[in-house]
Amino acid sequence: MSAVELEPTAEAGPARTARAAGAFGRLFRSELWLIFGRRRNWVGGLILASVPVLIAVVIKTSGAGEGDSFVFGQITDNGLFVALAALTVELPFFLPIAVSAIAGDAVAGEANLGTLRYLLVTPVDRARLLAVKLGGIAVFTFAAVAVVAGVGALIGLALFGAGDFVTLSGSSLGFWAGLARLALVCCYLTICLVALGAIGLFVSTMTEQPIAAGITVLVVTVVSQILDQLSQLAAIHRFLPTHYWLDYAAVLRDPVNLGDLGPGVASAAAYTAVFAAAAWARFSTADVSS
Amino acid sequence: MSVTDGAGPAPAPAEQAIGVPADGMSHHGTAAVSTSGLTKRFRSGQLAVDGIDLHVPTGAVYGFLGPNGSGKTTTIRMLLGLLRPTAGSADLLGRTMPAAAGEVLPRIGALVEGPAFHPYLSGWDNLMRLDAADRTAPAATAKDRVLAALDRVGLTAAAAKRYRHYSLGMRQRLGIAAALLRPRELLVLDEPTNGLDPQGTREVRTLLAELASGGTTVVLSTHLLSEVEQVCTHVGVMHRGRLVAQDSLGALRRQGAARAIVTTTARHEAASVLTRLGMTEVLVSADGAGALLGDQDPAALVAALVHAGVPVTGFGTTGTDLEELFVHLTGEGFDVSG
Ligand SMILES: Nc1ncnc2c1ncn2[C@@H]1O[C@H](COP(=O)(O)OP(=O)(O)OP(=O)(O)O)[C@@H](O)[C@H]1O
Ligand SMILES: [Mg+2]
Repeated sequence: MSAVELEPTAEAGPARTARAAGAFGRLFRSELWLIFGRRRNWVGGLILASVPVLIAVVIKTSGAGEGDSFVFGQITDNGLFVALAALTVELPFFLPIAVSAIAGDAVAGEANLGTLRYLLVTPVDRARLLAVKLGGIAVFTFAAVAVVAGVGALIGLALFGAGDFVTLSGSSLGFWAGLARLALVCCYLTICLVALGAIGLFVSTMTEQPIAAGITVLVVTVVSQILDQLSQLAAIHRFLPTHYWLDYAAVLRDPVNLGDLGPGVASAAAYTAVFAAAAWARFSTADVSS
Repeated sequence: MSVTDGAGPAPAPAEQAIGVPADGMSHHGTAAVSTSGLTKRFRSGQLAVDGIDLHVPTGAVYGFLGPNGSGKTTTIRMLLGLLRPTAGSADLLGRTMPAAAGEVLPRIGALVEGPAFHPYLSGWDNLMRLDAADRTAPAATAKDRVLAALDRVGLTAAAAKRYRHYSLGMRQRLGIAAALLRPRELLVLDEPTNGLDPQGTREVRTLLAELASGGTTVVLSTHLLSEVEQVCTHVGVMHRGRLVAQDSLGALRRQGAARAIVTTTARHEAASVLTRLGMTEVLVSADGAGALLGDQDPAALVAALVHAGVPVTGFGTTGTDLEELFVHLTGEGFDVSG
């Protein structure tokens, strides 16, 4: 048996602030490690990554099809468009599934295991826990988008090379400019999907069933996309969480007008803020009886 | 405080009638845990904890007893700030919860309703995560702390195993290790020996005695009365959400149905001395006499008998049995109270 030394706990001023930041960092790293160390999440990543591979291989073997959309039509000229095509087809469902699963798991998963009570008596301040969880969701979301784009870009460049990057406006961009546009699309989609993650975080504080929380968020996504299709509901379209997702196409114009992304970013920021606040309102005083 | 009637409201001890001043400091400097009228009514309408006044002196090993469903875990959850009390207040280490949670909880180790860890992480990784969560724990010494905690509960050999592959007792040990990650002033342990093998049970008992002798206060919820007899200095008994008894172990035993047994040839003389001393249920037996001990001092009793000329050849007390007292306080019924 080894004795544990008594450590001073009371500090003041800057030292304390520095340590608080460090402590946040430690828990945050632990959270990331929990997310990225989990086999389930690797399997999810593999499924996300398989879509661009599928697209690239099919188009390579059978050539560009008649009536392909703009993005798909460009693939044979520039491999980066495999990434854009994969993001386009995964955006309605696959990416939301990944984000919903992680976000639904955030608090409900810990409650379900019972680990939530031990985090809280450690103690982890409830606001700090929510901040760490939302941060983890954001990093995972970016990673999911980046996996799709990264795998798409790599296999696309390998199979189709880097020819002209033709914009929606008809002009051509160099390789690096094209890559920058792709990165911009990734950032925009991450921001949009993090809003979904914030909704998931809120739902996650309402239940001890992580799967149920994830499915709820997925239902919200799908219903939002259905409502967005009904022209009779045009008046409420701009309030739907998925309404601005496809605006990333603005990045493919030349010259690019970042202002076109403004409404989408504002909508995502509003959703994130509102649901993070709702999660806090719900969780800060919630009874933890799991 | 003595044994109170389970039916009526427990009288609040005088020192707990004082309100908590604005600075959050309590008046009970010597109490590690002190609650006043602590109450929890769940949304289902169930009154799980009904106005209890716990008083755990600093340095005590407090056995928190009660039948299944009597409200022990609910009380512990309120103490630790997991549940909001419906009414009443709780002070831990002299500070009011849950307001002072950030300051007080790092000094407290807890095991609440069994261990809970991430199944696909190893025991080591699980403890590292909990250590990372503690903002008062310096990162540089994390490994030392985890190593020492695992060593203390005999889990070193299983440190790298995934938690999901742990046996029941190994899980329980890991839970205790988590409670011992830092030096603690107070340990709140809800059934810590549940599922442990005899060696493990004895080890935990030794560990608790060791920690207690080092000044750590321990609140121990358990159903093993032999464990209580061996390690506890104080006992509180819950029944249907109420604290029906709370005192030092010795005092509680004396309040039990303990009997004084006098072995003598002068049986009737002995019985009349016992009666004269105001003792009840005096009985004459084949080889002596006996009576309910009550709050008589056994030594003074023997002196009185000898003084009265009774030839005492043997003297003893029985009924210091905690189990009998427990059943007396919480009823014979086997069914849980819904
Ligand atoms: N979240 C909850 N919602 C509703 N009722 C609850 C909840 N948690 C506990 N209860 C009820 O409160 C009562 C006390 O439960 P508690 O877990 O505190 O008992 P306990 O004394 O710890 O029992 P045991 O010895 O079996 O561990 C029980 O009747 C239980 O059903
Ligand atoms: Mg219990």
